[in-house]
Amino acid sequence: MKPGTKLKSAVCDTEVMVIKGSNIVVDCGGKPMSDAAPEARGDLDAAFAEGTKMGKRYVNADSTVELLCVKAGKGSLSIGGAALQIKDSKPLPSSD
Amino acid sequence: MNISLFLQMAADAEPDRVALVCGGRRWTYGALWQAAQGAAANITQSGCKFVALLDESSEATPIALFGAALAGVPYVPLNYRLADEDLAALLNRIAPACAIGDVERIKRLSPTGNHACFNRADFVAAAEAVGEPFEEQEESEGIAAQIFTSGTTSAPKAALLKHANLLSYILGTVEFASASPDEASLVCVPPYHIAGIAAMLSSIYSMRKILLLPAFSPESWLSLASEERATNAFVVPTMLSRIIGHLDEGAKADLSSLQAIAYGGGPMPMVVVERAMHLFPKCGFTNAYGLTETSSTIALLGPDDHRTAFASTDPAIRARLGSVGRPLPTIELEIRDEEGKCLPAGERGEIYVRGEQVSGEYRERKALDSDGWFPTRDAGWLDEEGFLFLAGRADDVIVRGGENISPGEIEDVLLTHPSIADAAAVAVPSNEWGEAVGIAVALKPGCAAPSENELRGLIKDRLRSSRVPERIAVLNALPYNEMGKLLRREIRKLFSN
Repeated sequence: MKPGTKLKSAVCDTEVMVIKGSNIVVDCGGKPMSDAAPEARGDLDAAFAEGTKMGKRYVNADSTVELLCVKAGKGSLSIGGAALQIKDSKPLPSSD
Repeated sequence: MNISLFLQMAADAEPDRVALVCGGRRWTYGALWQAAQGAAANITQSGCKFVALLDESSEATPIALFGAALAGVPYVPLNYRLADEDLAALLNRIAPACAIGDVERIKRLSPTGNHACFNRADFVAAAEAVGEPFEEQEESEGIAAQIFTSGTTSAPKAALLKHANLLSYILGTVEFASASPDEASLVCVPPYHIAGIAAMLSSIYSMRKILLLPAFSPESWLSLASEERATNAFVVPTMLSRIIGHLDEGAKADLSSLQAIAYGGGPMPMVVVERAMHLFPKCGFTNAYGLTETSSTIALLGPDDHRTAFASTDPAIRARLGSVGRPLPTIELEIRDEEGKCLPAGERGEIYVRGEQVSGEYRERKALDSDGWFPTRDAGWLDEEGFLFLAGRADDVIVRGGENISPGEIEDVLLTHPSIADAAAVAVPSNEWGEAVGIAVALKPGCAAPSENELRGLIKDRLRSSRVPERIAVLNALPYNEMGKLLRREIRKLFSN
């Protein structure tokens, strides 16, 4: 994967677009995501089942990976077992 | 990465919600997305290298913008106010284009360009007729938009905005689907301006309904705002001052829905902001500063800053009403001197910016330095708390015998004269000094022109003798472009012989 790649969950409806990061395996619901939807969905790992929210950006601890959730689902995102966090954003007043 | 994602997400989330109101017709996110996909198919089929729009704002604007993005072809909105000769040069620079809008003019001005021309209605009808999903194409060079700069100082440059620049700007400043269904943004800036593109993208990503006004007049703005219950609006200074003028003349409009007015695109006279804050006490005001090359806003003075400055008796805080606020948290900004050294608060220099939303790239050349900083050519300074004040263009500095003179200091003094409504100082050729000062002034209604000696005396008393103008012109009005930018080159022309 590279910036711009869209990754699909193997266990739920989640779809993310890569904003930052390359060649890293991202898991959703405990299973690796890929750029093609699986023919049959796997089972959701209960440890990664908090769900994703559309329009939220998810980052790893050192901010080397950033993903934009473009479709929400039941699984939650992780890399190597470490859960990704929603990136804090300070809403700005609309300037256009 | 592709900005078409914004419309796709909105259409996925709520396909039946109204996205756009234009010319009495309403478009849902789903309908716009379908039309954009149809447009992308037609653009791809045309084999053109650019998608040009030569038209006022309409539903064709977002359809062309997102259709071009999906097709991986740069979108090039053109300024229909340009003179034939200037427009012909631009059309030839983007041939062959899928060109939408004024077909007669496009064919007449660029007869050998092999453009695929569509009038607005045909382009939209053809896009709607396709009715099939479109597979997103790999964007050529990753360019979402190519915008010709207004060329107030030189020939128009083709500024390139990549998908990654615009995406970064929107994701960094707008929360997806954050607008409630009753929020509506009145968009009246022309489509060829960066603010027009930014308005489309941020409204669609926040899912704030767009009320599109094709051609601005105070009457049409007020009636659309009240009929469609606008909650947000972006205006350039001249628009706000004309709206206020119209209300002051007794025009009636129900603006009770209006919550936020953002302004930018040129310097806003302090008196206009203050009058607007009096007229719309419940409205939040935001002043935005940005450039085409920076994907729109890089600094803003938000509603709280406005209120604090407005209520303050401390001159330094009150003065912030005339600032453009603080830089966005997602970019870096520095003030530098001519040697490139970073200047402390309070000192005037050139504004440099760096960040993912900053393109700083033209078709002709890359303007970023080796560390990724973009020299804006705008002059300015920061106050102690990081509020940015603009001080003209860096190129506007008058260099008289090696001494740098800022036009602003002379203009400020001229504006203290009771008869003078508007003033501009420019460099004029001088055999003795290389450059000297020339001034153009416009008078207030019913006022007689002060003598040249009186004006020279005023400058000499308040500033140094080097600031005293060699040439003086009294005009009915100073020349501005339609976005409210003073055309200094036109004033320089007056003094060129």
